[in-house]
Amino acid sequence: MIGVDVAPPRGDIGKVGFVRADIRNPVIAKVIAKEEVDTVVHLSVIATPGTTGGRSTMKELNVIGTMQLLAACQTAPSLRQVVVKSTTQVYGASSRDPAMFTESMEPRRTPSSGYARDVADIESYVRGFARRRPDVAVTVLRCANVLGPNVVSPIASHFRRSVVPNVLGFDPRLQFLHEQDLYGVLEHSVRTGVPGTFNVAGDGVLTHSQVARRLQRMTVPIPEPLFGLARFGGGEYPAELRALLTYGRGVDTTRMRSLLGFEPRYTTAETVVDFADSVMPSPNRADRALAALESRLTGASGD
Amino acid sequence: MTESAAQSLSGATTRERHPLRAIPAADWAAALESAAKEVFGVEWEEQLARFIVFLRRRISGEYSVDEYGFDRELTQRFLLAVLRPIKEKWFRVEVRGIENIPTDGGALIVSNHSGTIPMDGLMTMVSIHDELGRDLRPLGADLVFRMPIVGNIARKAGATLACSEDAERMLRNGELVGVWPEGFKGIGKPYSERYKLQRFGRGGFVSSALRTGVPIVPLSVVGAEEIYPLVGNIPALAKVLGVPYLPITPFFPLLGPLGLIPLPSKWLIEFGEPIRTDAYDASEADDPMLVFNVTDQVRETIQQTLYRLLGERASVFG
Repeated sequence: MIGVDVAPPRGDIGKVGFVRADIRNPVIAKVIAKEEVDTVVHLSVIATPGTTGGRSTMKELNVIGTMQLLAACQTAPSLRQVVVKSTTQVYGASSRDPAMFTESMEPRRTPSSGYARDVADIESYVRGFARRRPDVAVTVLRCANVLGPNVVSPIASHFRRSVVPNVLGFDPRLQFLHEQDLYGVLEHSVRTGVPGTFNVAGDGVLTHSQVARRLQRMTVPIPEPLFGLARFGGGEYPAELRALLTYGRGVDTTRMRSLLGFEPRYTTAETVVDFADSVMPSPNRADRALAALESRLTGASGD
Repeated sequence: MTESAAQSLSGATTRERHPLRAIPAADWAAALESAAKEVFGVEWEEQLARFIVFLRRRISGEYSVDEYGFDRELTQRFLLAVLRPIKEKWFRVEVRGIENIPTDGGALIVSNHSGTIPMDGLMTMVSIHDELGRDLRPLGADLVFRMPIVGNIARKAGATLACSEDAERMLRNGELVGVWPEGFKGIGKPYSERYKLQRFGRGGFVSSALRTGVPIVPLSVVGAEEIYPLVGNIPALAKVLGVPYLPITPFFPLLGPLGLIPLPSKWLIEFGEPIRTDAYDASEADDPMLVFNVTDQVRETIQQTLYRLLGERASVFG
């Protein structure tokens, strides 16, 4: 087992070997050929330009990197399996969406730019690869927004803010995948090698207001046209996150259970509970006051 | 005498007392208790405790919504509670043929649409909930879900987008789904065309019923046409605002907000005999001729029932 990244790993990674390489570079083909790789797990899809230095670098890493990696895979005779971590953002988010997307549904509006576009491009390259190498089992995992105590992502930092902005007059449905379940589903896919495209998400949906309330966060409504303008003190709100926070999205996970045979350990609600432990609780005066009143009343009625 | 009194006080300083300080705390408690009794009844402590439990559940987010965003608790405790007096006291809705709706399992209610705003849909929701105890799941146009607040309330109340994916998903899960195939053509038609059914879309609702094998229950609503008689339209402004029509009624915008009060017409709503679709094969849902025929059958049933109900109603406000 070898890991490939542009930056060396922090800390001990156990028995995993490490090669420092850039997937945009043909070096990746040499790595795959030399090590006689039989399984490639492609995780390197970045959601935000933040850490990489600009949108163009991000696009290059995502799209060109995937093309380069698949080109290397195509000529590797030892290869048996490819697992690609995709995202439910390929479905977009709009007012014309069905409530629950199944894997066979197309986005109602094809994303024209940004991360969602990258993912759509990546998936089409992966489909092309699967056609050219029918002997390789290709698994595409469309994961819902990953949340957990260690996750750093635009939506995680959105809910970590002390005051959470929400889009005025909208309360989108959200679905989460716990970080442990993300590792779980990757491992499961590598072990079982079931080919196909699968939605992966925790059970159930929560609305944005429910998540904010369960995290004991105050929300501030901001009209939709202004949501994109301001960056609200450092928060990052790319177009696809703004669409999600307006219209929400749900995906159907029947195939994940029946065909892939994977069962997430955390539901969407349990993921939020686990995430809440990593969030500084804010003083919830209203609830405490009501709790005090309630205990006095129930005490009084008992006399 | 008043002069002498004023003179005797002239040397002293006066200070106004805070009005609340005059009332002792015990009096406040007694007043609050009697107010609580007034609002919650004699068992006010338990009632209030229950209400606080409910309030805490809402504040902490510990309630659940289904995958379409339906918030059953909020709908039943607030939305339906607000609409119920309007249904019973204002429109005096008379419900007929409720036995034609299956008590469980999927079914598709198909209704005429009128009234400038979809009040007929709301009244149908309350009626079905109160008479049968089932939740109607309305299918709405995408414009509804594009609008802030309106779209939010619609989802919380159990609505979802009118598309074959959602309709069939709901019907397969045994929900009672409501559809208004005339759409904006029905609801935004001029008063002169009242009770004349518009085109029934492209019959997508029939395909969905055929594919899932659920019965179609035709629903005819009389009374909604008169609540906001639409006598004019400003198409140019509507286009600018991105809405299908901009209504002018005899009282709106003439009377401003007062013009928003609906006229108290008398409503009759009748559920017709269900049209069974389970005899057809699911693949026949793609047969356009069959879909047109069933669509026509539903449309004709509703149209004839409307004429009959209009004859039975004593007068518009009777």
